[in-house]
Amino acid sequence: MEINYFEVLRAGINTTFQDEGRNNLYHIGIPFSGAMDYRNYLIANKLVGSESGSAVIEFALQGPLLKYKGSQINIAISGDVNFELKKGNKKFQGNCYESYTLDNNDEINILSTNKSVYGYLSINGIFDIKYQWGSCSVNTKANIGSNSGKKIKDLQKINIKNIHNNFTKKKLDFINTKIENIRVIKGTNFNYFSEKSKKDFFSKDFNVSKLTDRMGMRLEGPKIENIVDTNIKSEGLLKGVIQVPADGNPIIMLSDHGTIGGYPKIASVVSADYDKLVQIPPGSKIKFKEVKLSDAETLFKLYEIETQSLISKIQ
Amino acid sequence: MIKNISNLGDAAAYCDFGNEVDKKTNSNVIKFFKSIKNKNFDFIKNLTPSYNKLIISFDLKKTNFSKIKKLIENIEIIKDEKLLSKHIVVPVCCDSSFSLDIERVEEKLKLKKNEILENFFSKEYFCYMTGFVAGMPFLGDLDKNMRVKRLETPRVKVPKGSVGITEQFANVYTFESPGGWNIIGNTPLEIFNANNENEPNLINPGDSISFKMITIEEFKKINGN
Repeated sequence: MEINYFEVLRAGINTTFQDEGRNNLYHIGIPFSGAMDYRNYLIANKLVGSESGSAVIEFALQGPLLKYKGSQINIAISGDVNFELKKGNKKFQGNCYESYTLDNNDEINILSTNKSVYGYLSINGIFDIKYQWGSCSVNTKANIGSNSGKKIKDLQKINIKNIHNNFTKKKLDFINTKIENIRVIKGTNFNYFSEKSKKDFFSKDFNVSKLTDRMGMRLEGPKIENIVDTNIKSEGLLKGVIQVPADGNPIIMLSDHGTIGGYPKIASVVSADYDKLVQIPPGSKIKFKEVKLSDAETLFKLYEIETQSLISKIQ
Repeated sequence: MIKNISNLGDAAAYCDFGNEVDKKTNSNVIKFFKSIKNKNFDFIKNLTPSYNKLIISFDLKKTNFSKIKKLIENIEIIKDEKLLSKHIVVPVCCDSSFSLDIERVEEKLKLKKNEILENFFSKEYFCYMTGFVAGMPFLGDLDKNMRVKRLETPRVKVPKGSVGITEQFANVYTFESPGGWNIIGNTPLEIFNANNENEPNLINPGDSISFKMITIEEFKKINGN
């Protein structure tokens, strides 16, 4: 049997296999995980004609350098990514949202994401990896998912099976819009905070700290002062929930978050803004804007329609 | 039983069972959790029971908060008390190489090591919830004279299997992870096993637990060394 694989010449900063994540496991302490930017994940698979739900390689900031070995394969990259392809002796700049055919010994060099964090590499085949609870998504904190629950490492091989014969060139005209104003709904402990801090929360800038990862986005800015109790009895968390520990610096829970926590919840990011939130790189400024539940539900419907319309444009 | 249902963000319901942390309140949370879970609703993504709250997250593509709220208000609750009845014995070795914080605990509680351990091993505990990291059980209640606060500065690395106490609870670190609990021993038992997808957690909410003291030799034997 022929063996197709990527040789990882450079792994990148945080390169993992991801898919749609896993549900129904919060009660035993296992978070959702899955591709951080779900829309770009969906688009990546559609660009190579792979089924939705297929595994992709997610990378953050600096991506991997991969050398391909095997029979022809199609790949695509989504996000806002600076990457090069090397075919034979020819090196050229690749475009996101466009599929490319790779032959034996070709290379993809994912140099960096542009003013964003996550990008996705999809293939018209199947990564030969392990699934746990129906998902390959890697959670490095609990070592759950494919690749022994770890990041992809330098010099490892990534085996590929079942390359399907959809080699049609696919392309999407799409530019990721970036946001600074994050829409949120007030949290269950909103009244734990001082009047000044409540005002500051919705009017001042917050800086995205370098300590941000797939678990959480740590913010620095005006200290959010708690006037009731800096701890609550530990209770469930969800992605998008903003907790404020005793130091007054808010933390937004992201896809690999701990499933329970004991800090008061000041707000929750609306579902429609999550994909864009995770793409905001460390060092950027963000602001929170309050919306009502009914508005958040409408925003999500619009976001879904927009996503479906983008997907349907890829043929 | 539920005092209030509010929304947490746009895709979750926050069920408040009160502010108390006791077995009765928590048993109500667990009954609701199991009753909803048994229905396998495809529009519910996750259920997170904790001491006195239940968070239900749902698929916003399929439903919304007001529908979920109605569903919770009208759900039939399992009456069977048996669902809370599994008993598990957890062997713990308190050799000085494992009981990292015993001196701190002795000092704070003004009790001797043997008094602390005698009390700890004589009680039966109740699992309020599992989580934070995969499989970690929150067990209560420690006697009032056994309650000690978290470490002022949490450890960067708590060894896997560590058994810790803080305030009215005991827990077991299912992974090496950062943490601030007072470590008094270590169990060789595998509390979380990701390869057992149907039953990854040895200890589940509602279970009763007792700890059994073992020697370092017994520890090594169970651990396969």
